[in-house]
Amino acid sequence: MADTADTPAAAAESDRKPSKWSMVGKNPRNMPLEDIDPSHPGIWEANEHLPFLARLREEAPVHYCRHSAVGPYWSIMKHSDIMAVDTSPAIYSSEPTIGIVDILPEFDAPSFIAMDPPRHNAQRKVVQPVVAPENLKKLSGTIRRRAAGILDELPVEEEFDWVERVSIDLTTRMLATLFDFPFEDRYKLTYWSDMATAIPGGGVAESYEHRWRAMRECLTCFTELRNERINKPPGNDLLSMLAHGEATRDMPPMEFLGNILLLVVGGNDTTRNSISGGVLALNRFPDEYEKLRRDPSLIPNMVSEIIRWQTPLAYMRRTAKVDTELRGQRISAGDKVVMWYASGNRDPEMFERPDDFRIDRSNARRHVSFGFGIHRCMGNRLAELQLRILWEEILKRFHRVEVTGEPKRVYSSFINGYTELPVVLHPL
Amino acid sequence: MIKVTFIEHDGTERSVEAVDGNSLMLAAVSNDVPGIDADCGGCCSCGTCHVYVNEEWLDKLKPMDDDEEDMLDMVDDRRSNSRLACQITVRESLDGLVVTTPEFQF
Repeated sequence: MADTADTPAAAAESDRKPSKWSMVGKNPRNMPLEDIDPSHPGIWEANEHLPFLARLREEAPVHYCRHSAVGPYWSIMKHSDIMAVDTSPAIYSSEPTIGIVDILPEFDAPSFIAMDPPRHNAQRKVVQPVVAPENLKKLSGTIRRRAAGILDELPVEEEFDWVERVSIDLTTRMLATLFDFPFEDRYKLTYWSDMATAIPGGGVAESYEHRWRAMRECLTCFTELRNERINKPPGNDLLSMLAHGEATRDMPPMEFLGNILLLVVGGNDTTRNSISGGVLALNRFPDEYEKLRRDPSLIPNMVSEIIRWQTPLAYMRRTAKVDTELRGQRISAGDKVVMWYASGNRDPEMFERPDDFRIDRSNARRHVSFGFGIHRCMGNRLAELQLRILWEEILKRFHRVEVTGEPKRVYSSFINGYTELPVVLHPL
Repeated sequence: MIKVTFIEHDGTERSVEAVDGNSLMLAAVSNDVPGIDADCGGCCSCGTCHVYVNEEWLDKLKPMDDDEEDMLDMVDDRRSNSRLACQITVRESLDGLVVTTPEFQF
């Protein structure tokens, strides 16, 4: 989902030494509103972010944070305001980037997620067919076989890491299929995806240079594959589409990299964390697990509820193009505006008892996790399909996927997910 | 009473009563017509209430604005008679309107 060099949230730290910006351990109800900075990754990793989001949503729904590691920015907290910003691309631009960190020119790899019309529309249309429903119908058999294959290999009555064995494996296999990427090298996709969104010093990438080396390696590999595809007849994989598409075939290398990373991260991190998040949610709300076992026809609605509850991408950033006003606040041209999807999805004005996970929630599909408007998630139907098939196959095999320890969360305010989730499987 | 008919991609027909001044999307959703997702709730920003308007009704509709054009630009299998049901306001003049829903909303 992210374009490259800018995606992680607050990235100004050089290592994981305690940051002066960190709010971990602070009481969100007992600090000045203006000091609240939801962009700092510490509270997200520590799973302390929700009370901060709640306070802003209640007391300062359009909030200005003057001082942060990433400079000043606006936060949009309410569902209705997020809809308004997301659907006004003429006022709130996706250029130059959708990450909260501004891009260093030497690391600029543009992609259509960070473009306004008309360029956005032309480039998106080239790759969209690969995730269009007609193609997904063809893919659903493959997804089911892969899901079944992964589940059948898992140990039972023995603790293992769900993130590594299921969430990462399934999404990476899917991504390799969509790109027609050499299957035995698919672990590289996971690596590049993690590096693309890594905060230098945050544990995955040591430095900007380290991350950049990985990105260059990714570019080299994909350029070779593209050159192979150019010389073959057009195929149904993403790379072939980029290689042959009129709006994309002459892309400069950095723009090609940007679009590859967009598709890699978009097809990887997001579904991965919804797969993990669903297991966690059903364990936090065991009555819902019981409801699911009694009535598996709830799976499609549960999938939307998982995506709402988890919100695998916590925000998208826009940049005000003109002076404007929102909820009485004056936003100036050039200001960063961050739509906190993770807050909109917990807005009680839209969702009753929003922190509860309810698999039969009637308006679960109104979640903002996919965004709205012209940038609405292109892979949304594929993500839903993967989750639906996975849960159908899980219910055929296991009475319960039991979470047996505390999950470890990603150090990021952008990627809202897990690096580890210990579970034990109990067969039917 | 205004009657509108939704034909599913497999040919199943459903005629429902629509309220004057409401959107065609709302007529579908409030009558449990399948094939219309309307994820955004009707503000022309998700493209999941895509319908094909039967040809004889096309010129009776208000022309689409730029927002609808932009969203339709993104839908799968767009045709010359594609519209978003949330942008069609039901009026007496549309009594008898017939639209077909696509197999998938995207």
